[in-house]
Amino acid sequence: MFLGLYNYWIAILLMMIGFYIVIAHGNLVKKLVGLTIFQTSVFIFYISVGVVERGSAPILAEGISDYSNPLPHVLILTAIVVGIATTALGLALVIRIKESYGCVEEDEIQKLDQLNEEES
Amino acid sequence: MLAHLPILQVVVPLMAAPLCWFLNRSKLVWIFSLLVCAATCVNSILLLIEVMKSGTIIYELGGWEAPWGIEFRIDKLNAFLLLIISSIATVVMFAANTSIQKELSEDRHTLFYSLYLLSLTGMYGIVATGDAFNVFVFLEISSLSAYALIALGNDRRALWAAFQYLIMGTIGATFILIGIGMLYQMTGTLNMSDLAIRLVDVGHTRTVFAAFAFLIVGICLKLALFPLHLWLPNAYAYAPSIVTAFLAATSTKVAVYLLIRFTFTVFGISFSFTTLPLQSILMVLGLVGVFVASITAIYQQNVKHILAYSSIAQVGYMIIGYSINTSTGVMATLLHLFNHALMKSALFLALGAVMYRIGSVQLSQFQGLGRQMPLTMAAIVIGGLSLIGVPLTVGFISKWYLLIASVEAGMWPVAVLILLGSLLAIVYIWRIVEMAYFRPPLPGRDTVEEAPWTFLGPIWVLVIANIYFGIDTRLSVQVAQAASQSLFGITP
Repeated sequence: MFLGLYNYWIAILLMMIGFYIVIAHGNLVKKLVGLTIFQTSVFIFYISVGVVERGSAPILAEGISDYSNPLPHVLILTAIVVGIATTALGLALVIRIKESYGCVEEDEIQKLDQLNEEES
Repeated sequence: MLAHLPILQVVVPLMAAPLCWFLNRSKLVWIFSLLVCAATCVNSILLLIEVMKSGTIIYELGGWEAPWGIEFRIDKLNAFLLLIISSIATVVMFAANTSIQKELSEDRHTLFYSLYLLSLTGMYGIVATGDAFNVFVFLEISSLSAYALIALGNDRRALWAAFQYLIMGTIGATFILIGIGMLYQMTGTLNMSDLAIRLVDVGHTRTVFAAFAFLIVGICLKLALFPLHLWLPNAYAYAPSIVTAFLAATSTKVAVYLLIRFTFTVFGISFSFTTLPLQSILMVLGLVGVFVASITAIYQQNVKHILAYSSIAQVGYMIIGYSINTSTGVMATLLHLFNHALMKSALFLALGAVMYRIGSVQLSQFQGLGRQMPLTMAAIVIGGLSLIGVPLTVGFISKWYLLIASVEAGMWPVAVLILLGSLLAIVYIWRIVEMAYFRPPLPGRDTVEEAPWTFLGPIWVLVIANIYFGIDTRLSVQVAQAASQSLFGITP
């Protein structure tokens, strides 16, 4: 019964892993990796929602009467594109941060900011 | 043409954003963007008139009928929000040209305008759409462009603030996505009004509870409710002045709208406020938010930080009104949406004018500015009075209705706390006033000139609106009342 819904367990596990990485790691690139894993878990969740048991791909052909629900897949295509855009923007920001701070570690950036504030 | 108003609201700025790249001359792009903003503003006024006259407008995209196709559904609440966003965006856009000449390098001007229009598109989309998944997509359009807008700031801390906002914002949006996915799983529909009908049958399941929790947390991240506000102060403080004025007046408002829409329309009042203790949780968070944010604001040295923390406190007021859960309470929230947009855009634009002249908004730099920039400082004072809630300004009107709502609901302590919170606003506004008017001009600085009229114009339009809507409340109160009554299903 527990393992019967293993797809949801995978989604939850990935979600937790991703979320943990975002919170626990100070490296900005790792944070983005965590964010991507977090988003991917939601994609997997959506896709498994659309599955119909013994259903085939939603293509009209002879001998097939059960189809999986294609709508979640379509929705998730949109969400994947959004995810890519977010990651791309995040990485672009990391590059700019590296250029102006010289580092990509959260605590070093905060230290530099504090120094900055004390000087001004 | 008139029938296509709902979609034009979103499509016009969306199409205009890439067109900016073809013009690619700072001044030209500015005039073009200004025209686009003005067009959407006229559009939203027409929509509001239409909605007030003949009720909800339903626009089916591509002619596909509702549960299958996507529909735009404009009722009184949406139309009111569209009016707030579009009018503020237009007025702020007037000052954009002058401000970014100073704050951004020439090659980024076109980028700025197209991002501004894209962000606007996203907000219109969130408000106008009647489809739950559309909300997520438009949310990301507006957020992604907002991150980029914030990162345009000159200070390198802007980049760090934008990155933090990106992380927090994406987590919030993904939570909303999970919630929507669970709702779809249980009901098989994404249309909001259809969801509302079908959720009644499955309202007791744990999946729906989880979906509700994910949605509320995600939305609260977006609206910067205490304690999920950490991304806001730096994002506002280091973004270019125009961006701050624009985002402060619009983005959190859109999130408040989403909260109202999901709890009232999709889940329904009886589910949202009875099955989970949402009301008391949000009430407490709102009250704590008002105090913590106001007290933090008092200790800030950067004036943009002061006003950013004050924004978090104002969000607290909106949430208090919302969680009173009466028609008057929600009306006070809607009024405060409108009024807060007016005061914060005026204040942040005035700060933009200060930034334009002295290149800094540190509190210590404000010394003696009261004599040197009398009109700008007067605008800050009136905006500040409005924040405090002094009679004859809009701030008073929304606080007044908030007090009435809490007293009507028998929540006396809440009313007292609201008044105490306003006292804290006096302290942080007074710090700015004291610095500007009661200190001699900063030694070693040349005389500062008054801001150019391109700045003063929009600022004073907003300041006069602050006073006008504080005296003649017909428009704001009437529309807010109609919207909140329709949410509660009361026919006037």
